[in-house]
Order: sequence, then C-alpha cells, then structure tokens
Amino acid sequence: MALINTLLEVDHLSISFGGLRAVDDLNLSIKKGELYGLIGPNGAGKTTAFNLLTGVYKPNEGIIRLDGKNITGLKTIEINKAGIARTFQNIRLFKELSVLDNVKLGLHNLYSYSTLAAILRLPSYRKVERDMDKRAYELLEVFGLKESAHLKASQLPYGKQRKLEIARALATNPKLLLLDEPAAGMNPQETRELMQTITFIRDKFNLTILLIEHDMKLVSGICERLTVLNFGRVLAEGPTGEVLKNPEVITAYLGE
Amino acid sequence: MAFLSYLINGISLGAVYAIIALGYTMVYGIAKMLNFAHGDVIMVGCYTVFSVVSMAHLPVWLGIIISVAVCTVLGVTIEAVAYRPLRQASSSLTVLITAIGVSYLLQNLALLIFGANSKAFTSVVPIKAVKIADKLTITGETIVTVIACIIIMIVLTLFVNKTKAGRAMLAVSEDKGAAQLMGINVNRTISLTFAIGSALAAIAGVLLCSAYPSLTPYTGSMPGIKAFVAAVFGGIGSIPGAFIGGIILGVIENLSKAYISSQLSDAIVFLVLIIVLMVKPTGILGKKLQEKV
Amino acid sequence: MKSFFKKNKDTLITLGIVTIAYIIIEIFVKSGSISSLFKGLLVPICSYIILAISLNLTVGILGELSLGHAGFMCIGAFTSAFFSKLTVGVITPDWLRFILAILIGFLFAGIFGFLIGMPVLRLKGDYLAIVTLAFGEIIKNLMGVLYVGRDSRGLHLSIKDSISLGLEEGGQVIINGAQGITGTPKDSTFTAGFILIVISLIIILNFINSREGRAVMAIRDNLIAAESVGINVTRYKLLAFSLSAALAGVAGVLYSHNLNSLMATTKNFGYNMSIMILVFVVLGGIGSIRGSLISAVILTLLPELLRGLSTYRMLIYAIVLITMMLFNWAPSARAFRARIIDMLPFGKKKASDKEVQ
Repeated sequence: MALINTLLEVDHLSISFGGLRAVDDLNLSIKKGELYGLIGPNGAGKTTAFNLLTGVYKPNEGIIRLDGKNITGLKTIEINKAGIARTFQNIRLFKELSVLDNVKLGLHNLYSYSTLAAILRLPSYRKVERDMDKRAYELLEVFGLKESAHLKASQLPYGKQRKLEIARALATNPKLLLLDEPAAGMNPQETRELMQTITFIRDKFNLTILLIEHDMKLVSGICERLTVLNFGRVLAEGPTGEVLKNPEVITAYLGE
Repeated sequence: MAFLSYLINGISLGAVYAIIALGYTMVYGIAKMLNFAHGDVIMVGCYTVFSVVSMAHLPVWLGIIISVAVCTVLGVTIEAVAYRPLRQASSSLTVLITAIGVSYLLQNLALLIFGANSKAFTSVVPIKAVKIADKLTITGETIVTVIACIIIMIVLTLFVNKTKAGRAMLAVSEDKGAAQLMGINVNRTISLTFAIGSALAAIAGVLLCSAYPSLTPYTGSMPGIKAFVAAVFGGIGSIPGAFIGGIILGVIENLSKAYISSQLSDAIVFLVLIIVLMVKPTGILGKKLQEKV
Repeated sequence: MKSFFKKNKDTLITLGIVTIAYIIIEIFVKSGSISSLFKGLLVPICSYIILAISLNLTVGILGELSLGHAGFMCIGAFTSAFFSKLTVGVITPDWLRFILAILIGFLFAGIFGFLIGMPVLRLKGDYLAIVTLAFGEIIKNLMGVLYVGRDSRGLHLSIKDSISLGLEEGGQVIINGAQGITGTPKDSTFTAGFILIVISLIIILNFINSREGRAVMAIRDNLIAAESVGINVTRYKLLAFSLSAALAGVAGVLYSHNLNSLMATTKNFGYNMSIMILVFVVLGGIGSIRGSLISAVILTLLPELLRGLSTYRMLIYAIVLITMMLFNWAPSARAFRARIIDMLPFGKKKASDKEVQ
C-alpha cells in the first residue's frame, strides 16, 4: 500500500548466501523526511540490508520502491541516480585525493563538461569547476571541514573522515541518505555534534535518513522510528521509545 | 601418428612449464608477489649444470645436485635481500619492479661470465628413446620429464597437506596475520617457499635444457613468462592448477607449432589464456575472492 | 590571469622544465658540441618519455597494472609507417603527411586500446596484468607475420608469405612479414618530439585535473565508493586506458619514422619493452607524471653514460635499480631517511605539516 507520503517501501526483501539467509522477509515503510533507525546486534543483517537497497547485492525475493519507482535489482549507479546515497561501515574515502575532491566527486553527476573542454581548458570547464568548487565548499562548511579542504583525505582524523563521507554522499543530492554506523569510533562529544549535524542536514536539505547504529544515545536521541533486525529477520518495529522498551529487543542485545 | 607424437612432446614441454609454474604459484600464493626473476633462476641452474658437467667434467648426478643447491641458496638469498625488506611496502608494484631488477642482474651476470653465445647443453637423461610400434618415438627426455613432474606434484601436495611446515605455508597463504598470531614464523615459511620453488626451478631447467639444448642468458625468460601464464591460467595459488595449466599450455603450444605456424604459436597460447580468463576470470581452478562491502 | 597560474602551477612547471631542456639541448646541437651518439638518442628519448607518461596514466592514475604497453606502441608504429609509405609523394608537404601519420597512429592505437580494454578491464589486478602482457605479445607476433602489398588493383593482405599476395609486376610490398616495413620517411626530429611531448603532457595533465580525471582516480582509490556516488566505472576505465594506449601509439609513430627498417622484434615491441617502461614509471613515482618524464630521461641515458664501464654497465644498471627500489620503498630505509631529515635544520618544517589535526 503505497501512500503518497512514503519515500522508501520495502516488501518481503530476502537474500541468502549459500545456506545462510542473511536477510529474511524484511519489510520497511519510511515516510518522507523521517529519521529512521535500523538497529540490531552484530551480524543481524543490517549492512546487508543496505547493500540490497543500494544494488551491491541483488535480492532473491522482494521489492524495493523509492518514491513509487521500483528500483529492485538495479545497479548501484542507477540507484544513486534515482536518489539514494550512502556511507560505509568501514569508511570508503578516496584516500589519495583531497578533501575537496572527495566532495566534488559526489557532485560528479550533477555537473558536466566534455573531455575536450577539459583538455583545452575551455570556458565551460572553468565555469563548471568554479560552480563545483562553490557547492563543494558549501557542503564542507556544514560539516566544519572547510579549513581541511586541501588536505589529503587520509590525513584527516577519524571523526572528520566519517563526516567527509557523509558530505560526499550528500553532494549527490539524494532523496534518501543511508548512514552505516556514522558514530562508530566517536567520543561522546563528537557523537553529540554528529546528532546535531544529522538533524540539521535532514531539515536543511529535505532529506529522509535511514541509519544503522549501535550507539543508543544517538538512536534514542534523533531516530523517530526504528526497525530491529535479529538473525536477518524483523524483531520489532515502531516508534523509538516503544521499541527500545520491548523486552525481546533488550534480550536480543544482551544475549541469551 | 604424427598427432600423437606432437601431443606427447607437448605434454613433455607442458610438464616443464608445470614444474616452473609450481614455483611461481607457491611464491604468489604465500608471499603474495610475482617473482619475475623466477625464470632467470632456471637459467642459473642450467649454467651451473653446464659448468659442472661440460666444463669441469664432473659426473651428471653431481651437477644436478650442485645446481639444485645453488638455486636454492640463490632463491633464499634473493628473497632475504631484495624482497623481504619491501614486504611491508604499500604497493605490490614495488616488489615486482625489484624482481625485474633481480632478473636483469642475473641475466647480465650470466652474460658477463658466459658470454652471449649459446652453449650446447648435454642432456642429463641417460635413457634412450623408446620406439612404440615402430612409428612413434618417445625421447628419454620426455619420459623422465613427465615422470619427474608427476612425482614432484605428488610429493608437493603431500608436503603441503601432511607436514607441519607445509601446513604452515597454507596458513600463511590464507592469512598472514592470523598465521603469525598462531605462532607460525612467517619469514621462515616464506624462505622455505622460495627454497622449494628455486629447487624446482633448477630441476625444470635441467629438464628444459636437456630437451632443448641451446643455452643463453635469456633462456629462462620466455619459459618463465609462459609458466606464469600457465599458473594464472590454472588458477594462481593452486598447486593442481599449476600442473593443469602447465600441461595444457605445453600441448597447445606444440600443437600450434605443428599445425598452424611456429611464429604464431606463442600468440595462440596467449590467445587461449585470454579466452579462458574471459570465461573464468580467476583461472580454471582459481578461487573467487569476495570483497567485503 | 593570476588564478590561472595558481591553479595550473604544477602543469606549467613541468612544461617549463621541458621547454628549457629543449632550448638548452637545441643550442648545444646547433653549436655542434653534442656527440653523434647523444644526437641519435634525442628522438628515442622523446618516444620513451611519451611512453612513460602515458603508461603512468594507466598505472598511476587508473591504478591498473599494464604489461602490454609496447603493443600499442607497435600498432602506432606500424599503422603510421604504412600510411607514410603509402602516401610518400602523394601528400605534400612532408610535415602535413607526418601530422596525418601521427593522427593515424594515435587513432588506431586508441581504438585497439578500447577494444582490448573492454574485456580486459573487467579482470582483477594480476590477472589483468598477465592478459595485457598476452595481448602485447599477440600484437607483436601478428605484426611479424603480416604481409601487405600494393599494386594497381589496390591493397593485398596475407599472413603466409609475400608471394601469396599475388602482386602484379611493379607492385610494391609494404609490410614484409618478419622484415616489417623498410624505407619509412624519416620525419621524426627532436623538435617534433618536443612538440609531441608538450601536447601529450597537456592532454594528460589537464585530463587528470578535471572532472573525468577525478573520476578515474576515484575508481583507483575505491571502486565501490565510486559506484556509490554514481560514477560509471566501465566508461572511465575505458577512457583512461584508451587514451593511454593512443598516446603510446604516438610514441610509436616517432619511433617508426626514425628508422629505416621497422620490425616487430621481441626487443622493441615485446614484454621486455613494456617492462622497461614500467620500470621508468615506478622509479619516477607512480602517479607522478613529472617523475615519469625525468626517470625516462635518466634511465635511458644511464646505460649510455656508463659506456665507459662497458662490460659491466648493464650489471651496474641492474644493481642501481635494485638499490634505488630498496632505498626508496623499504620501510626500514624510509625510517632511516626520516631520521636524517629530522636532523637537518629545514627538516623540522617538513615533519610538522604531515599530520594535521
């Protein structure tokens, strides 16, 4: 049942690797503008779900719809063009490139000039590069990375690398932003900053955000609704407050 | 009948490639590097036998033993001096280039000592050719080569699977870090790998030069490349793969020389490699590596 | 204007170095104080420079190991020489014919780069390397068995021998199998080489510092992340690879128009040549175009400068190569160098701008 308000609709999504059912009958319905959390113990299938949503894996069963459009089985590049961007659990930055260039790569599909224009340094090259620079600096500013713009991405401290990854994903102008453990490795101060940044970009850029997290402070602080995965299956879903009080959810995290 | 003869010669040639390929594939699987100088170690082995037998006039069996010893020491030394310091280097390209440097070094040393003229290599095989049904001649070299290859394959497989040192090699090839944590001396294991590979190279060289008796400082280079192709073809890192790859490559090369064109035989061998890799990108027996996203 | 200089600083420095070197060498040549040995090396050095910088596009910028670069040089050499021989006297002036020959070498090598790249670039790392080597050898082999002749009825092709071309009386064999092409007009000059180097540098450096160049480097640094931001990996891999091949073709044109006899031998178009260029690239710094340029010059001159030590020179070359690799890249050697740099007065500054929090 697709409501006009629903941005992401996932029906009966499943995938198996060998004999292991990594994601089993996943159903999701995320409204436009929501800040949605996907949580669960390690190995529950959360990143696998992300990989399914972004076309890294093809599901065995199920349908994914983004803003009414069926994107099941499409390639990563097409899904990005359709409006989904993501960050990765183990940061995947373009290490040898500058911070600025990392964000400019997020802008790759939004600006263009011909190879010939690049080689001959024609006016179209110069204008578009200026526009890309401007936009990239705007994004870097949101994450407090403007001063680091000319550093190599690998030279950034860990916390800033995670932010850069989000900035790059944001640059692709997505409708839905998938964040895979954005607070991993951050101290409480950084996590608080991140919580503010995430809510800020959701409001400023009209985003819908789906995030995977283990940090419960962040989850309870900014997520509006949650889905809990355990062994690939949905254990619970609903408003954050309720889900976190669910005894089965608590047991799943604390173990048997 | 002619076909059978070409086929058998191809298998013989392939057996030599297989022995060389085994050295390549072991070093690649365990030390994770392309030892470009491997072909030239073969050449060193040949010259050693040549020096001992044809110049010092000592018995053949002594020549072979000295050659194996020389190559083993050479291989281990090269690894310790030129490759080990670079093992931690960021790019695998650096070790490859250093290996190329070692290759140049060995070739030019041989050039300096023995000159560019090709030397006549006397075959080490004492067995005479065998005639079957009066139509098919199988040379003694062929028989010895194929038997040697089979023995080596069996011994190596047993060694890797049944002995402690062999299993250590397997462990290092799977995960160097974990192997180290389990108390395996990685440096020693890699040295052993090079030792075995180089010893095999010496044997391959002796067999190669017995069958194709002209020896120059560049003799090892092309067989080295072809053996590497064979190893990739069979699935790099796989011992049975090196064997299969070598034999098939030798057969294809010989049949191409006989039936199509001797100038194009190399091209055909390479073309077959390309086609196989298009269909199965990790080689015939190769394993697929999944990257974690 | 000022921002132009600032943004393209590195490119302009490299071009400046090349131009100054050209001027100095030309002065020496014109004044007659250059040995004929050195004069004979000028065009080959230009050729090697273009080969090295174009290979660095594949190895350093795209991040894929190619061991078949000489194959593309071979295609450029033969197609252009064939064209030139065919049109000697027909297309005048000579410099126009040469420019067309260069374009033909560029185009054909680029097309082959594209055709070969399509299947090859799907493979991973070492498999890709061995397949590029395989293609290089195939190309070299095929060129050695190719017979092409021309008579009043047109062109004839054979891979058997020159007789099966069935040429008429007065017909001309242009490509003669293993003997290749003889009598290519000697159009290559040091000045032409210099101009081609400058053009190649502009193409490569401006490509790298552009949207598409960034996409190529992104693919090198993290393919999966590149896909996740919507970059068409296949397309950019092919673009970089084809461009690299096309420029290798240009180097081949320079090479073939500098010889009377063009043959596809193991030495000039086989894997040995591909490997030699790779050594230039790695020693100059993977990804550093300027580095490739400098190392191509030095490593070509080195064996010649060592001629005094004639018998030992290649040996010394090999030892120098190994030593440089170890000294440059072994972590223990790097730590040693870092300690020395720290001890020097200006070394302190370098260490501090390394890690910025």
